[in-house]
Amino acid sequence: MDLIPRLLAGESPALARAITLVENQHPDARELVARLYPHTGQARVIGITGPPGVGKSTLTDQLAVRFRQEGMPVGVVAVDPTSPFTGGAILGDRLRMTRAAGDPGVFIRSLATRGQLGGLSRATGDVIKLMDAAGRRLILLETVGTGQAEIDVMNYAHTTVVVAAPGLGDEIQAIKAGIMEIGDVFVVNKADREGADRTVAELEMMLDMAPDRGGDAWKPRVLRTVARDGTGVDEVLREVKAHWGHLEQAGRLQVWRRRQAEFELAGMVRSLAAARLLEWAHQTGVWAEVRDRVVERSLDPCAGAELLLREYREAFGRRAAKSPGTAGRRGEV
Amino acid sequence: MSDIIRVLVAKPGLDSHDRGAKVVARAYRDAGMEVVYTGLHQTPEQVVEAAVQEDVDVVAISILSGAHDVLVPRIVNLLRERGRGDVLVLVGGVVPEEDIPALEQAGVARVFGPGSRLEEIVEFTRRCVRGQG
Repeated sequence: MDLIPRLLAGESPALARAITLVENQHPDARELVARLYPHTGQARVIGITGPPGVGKSTLTDQLAVRFRQEGMPVGVVAVDPTSPFTGGAILGDRLRMTRAAGDPGVFIRSLATRGQLGGLSRATGDVIKLMDAAGRRLILLETVGTGQAEIDVMNYAHTTVVVAAPGLGDEIQAIKAGIMEIGDVFVVNKADREGADRTVAELEMMLDMAPDRGGDAWKPRVLRTVARDGTGVDEVLREVKAHWGHLEQAGRLQVWRRRQAEFELAGMVRSLAAARLLEWAHQTGVWAEVRDRVVERSLDPCAGAELLLREYREAFGRRAAKSPGTAGRRGEV
Repeated sequence: MSDIIRVLVAKPGLDSHDRGAKVVARAYRDAGMEVVYTGLHQTPEQVVEAAVQEDVDVVAISILSGAHDVLVPRIVNLLRERGRGDVLVLVGGVVPEEDIPALEQAGVARVFGPGSRLEEIVEFTRRCVRGQG
């Protein structure tokens, strides 16, 4: 754990190694995150999402450079898909981040999804915490190319930028059906191409049709960029900052923090509770009994799960009542 | 829990195409590794910064320009300076036979010339990384 002081001092190799431990679910990873957690909560996180090929990485690169010009230490988390067949991945986002990648003040980490759905890697939340603790005050979180369901980014980002491009055809339908609601800022990139006006108009129409959330609610706008040469990127920057200003008023940031904590807490409860229950059921043989009843069609899977939960509760209730001192000993039930 | 091998495929210098690098990147991916690819015209400093940030196990340098005798030792030395002397450094591309001993002397684990089999590259990489474990 000598990583911790080095990471807190902002050393890149220590941060890089800590991220690897978290990604690989190394036995030390939990303690690492636990000890760094009090040092987090300082960074601003901007999510960049949208269909494949719209220019998310290039826009991320341009934003990173601009935040650097303001003197902010920047972290970039770029997620690419893992091949479901081989478990390998080509992480190519750096290829489009040539401006920022030359600057040691920008720490870029490419993550593979490793089977996680939702557009991010399972480690994303912890990776953001590590960068935050290492003093990266501005974190850009770029998702995989998203379709309709990849909305996890909104749970980590203070501001979510949804990127589209002209000529996407049905992809724009996907945005409309899925990720439209999570955008705080909309960007039509490659705006020098034919069809940009139409793409902007389509998005604006969708935004107009969204239910009115009251007079002082944030109203997302649609901006145009050509990320390749930087056109319009300053306007995106201004809009993101305007959104921060909005978030800082009327206790909204506190609401956001509460929602973010609930998201992570609920996710942890789900995975921990399920893991504990399954471990107990396997060890005691209850699992095999219930499974066989499901096979015989005397229980449906849902009823089987409820039965498991009931037996688990009873086992622990009984044990706790009888002899509290032995609670937790294996094979007791 | 099995840790996934992470590889940086790097193209330092002035090479104008990266077909070979992409073929190797694909082979590594198909072997279940995570491959960071950074594109053409990288300086040794950029290659090493990327290797550090991405915490890779392997840097696979593809080079066709003939500048290997300068660029490769520079990358190896910068890795050591940054505390990542443990990284497996491989070279692929066009390297004259007589230059290979000097590169190996400098810390390159192996030079794969034209005609090297992808299976051989992948197998060698896996054996070295796992062997170090």
